[in-house]
Formats: sequence, structure tokens, C-alpha cells
Amino acid sequence: MNPSRPEPVQVVKHRRDAALRGLLSGVPYIAYLGIQFDRRGDELTAILPFDEKLIGNPALPALHGGVTAAFLEVAAIIELAWGSMWDEMEAGRVDPVADMGKVRLPKTIDFTVDYLRSGLPRDAYARARINRSGRRYASVHVEAWQDNRSRLFAQGTGHFLMPPALGASGE
Amino acid sequence: MTDIIRIARQFIEAIPHARALGMAFESLGDGKAVISMPYDPRFVGDPATGVIHGGAVSALMDTASGAAVMCHPTGPTSTATLDLRIDYFRAATPGQAITARAECYHVTRSVAFVRVTATDEDAARPVAAATGAFTLDRPRKETA
Repeated sequence: MNPSRPEPVQVVKHRRDAALRGLLSGVPYIAYLGIQFDRRGDELTAILPFDEKLIGNPALPALHGGVTAAFLEVAAIIELAWGSMWDEMEAGRVDPVADMGKVRLPKTIDFTVDYLRSGLPRDAYARARINRSGRRYASVHVEAWQDNRSRLFAQGTGHFLMPPALGASGE
Repeated sequence: MTDIIRIARQFIEAIPHARALGMAFESLGDGKAVISMPYDPRFVGDPATGVIHGGAVSALMDTASGAAVMCHPTGPTSTATLDLRIDYFRAATPGQAITARAECYHVTRSVAFVRVTATDEDAARPVAAATGAFTLDRPRKETA
């Protein structure tokens, strides 16, 4: 904990990327949908690359409403888990490799999706904003877009039950 | 009536994502639809417990709701989700299929209001429930 000497950038990036990978790699459904995350510092953007199996209306064609809901929900859950482990990870109290197996993801209590326009057959992006995160409950808003950041195709709000903090010993 | 059911069935079976999740009809008709989804390890959300991800349950409930709209007696030609609010009650039991029962409880000229419940083999204790509003495209009136 000597603040006078900043860590080398490779060390910082390696730690954060490893932790994010660890968070995602344990969830088969995230891999099944093909959802990836782009990280800039602590900011995450969820990416859903287009795939034929995500289509819900073949006539248009358009993304399945359930896929959109799942994409938003995954973006919210990962943002919450990421946000709650960030301080512990940066302080070196959580090992981004060895401790990832212990990470418990937040549980969805409810989730509401607004479908603003039909999801086009191309990549989609989502960013989540934590509006309130207490010890037990959290409220998250998610926005999803495709070609234009300002033209959302869906947004969602959800409430989540938070798992015990990683650093918390038995509390 | 049978024509409406046939159209609704074709509509759902033509949905790539419904096929991808292995969804199958249990029953359909009169603004109600029952669709089931088998347990599949690829759809797991929590590897520690093997519980199916809420998103897959949402996709099932959304599909069942759309099917319920499509088989409404007014004979809609297409539908899309306007909004869906999902409540998660408990984790689905790993290894068990999930069944969604959806019902159009009110329709206007352009909107259908749907409620849907998802259960595993313990039908007395639902896994999740949702309510949604769906767009409704009516068939064009035939000129006599």
C-alpha cells in the first residue's frame, strides 16, 4: 500500500481483465448467448454479437424479446457484481484468479423491460447504471442500443438481492 | 378457430430463438398458451447450483405470451412485446423442465395485456411470473 509508486499499467490491466473473465466464465448462459464485455477502466459495455439463433421474428427479422430481456439482465447483474468487487480487487484483498470461484452473483428480484423499437439483426450494446446499491438490495437501470447510442432499442430497470460481500468474513 | 391455432403454431415454430431453447407447445388456443422448455446445462446461470438463468425463463415467458396473443379469437396477424415485467420467486429446480402458462386477459384494438406464470415440476410453487403489454396487428377487413 505505498501510494508513491503507481503500479505498472500491465499489472493493473491484467488484474482487472482476469477478474472480469473470472466473473463471466462461470456462467454458461452468458456464453450461450455470446455476450461479451468491453472494459474501459471500471466502465463496462455489454456486447451481444448478432446470431441467427437470437431471432424472434423471422419476418422482419427482429431479435427475440426474451433475448433482449436476458441481455439487459446479464448487463445489470455483471455491472453489480463488478461494482461490488472493484474496491476489494483494487485494494488487493481479492485475488482476481483464486477468489473468483467464491463470487456469488446478485439474484434478480424483478426486472422490467421497455421495448422501444425492434431489435435489428445486428450487434447490440448495453450499459448499466447502478442507481442504488445497499447491503441487501440494489436497483439498476440498463440502456441498450444498436447503431446509435442515442436511439435506444430497449431499456430496463431491475431490483436485485445482493450476495454477502467477498471480503465479509462470515457476516 | 383451428386456423388461428395453426397460424399461431407456425408462428412460434418459425422463431429461431424458441427452437434454439428447445421450446415445445403443450396447448394453445383462445388467447392462452402453454409452452415448456427442457432443462439444458447450456442455459445455466449459476454453475454452483446448476440453476437455469433468469434470462432463459424470461425468453420462455415472452414466447408463451406472444403465442397467447397470436391465438386470441380476434385473429391477430402479428405481435411484438411493448413491455414485460418479470418477478422471480425462487430458483428453478435443476434438472426439471420449466413450463410457462400465458393468458391474454384483455385486448383492445391495438394492444394485448398478458399475464404468464412459470413453474417447474412443483406446479404449486411458481418459479416466476410476468405481466406484459403486446402490440396487436388486426387482420385487414375483407371488403364484401
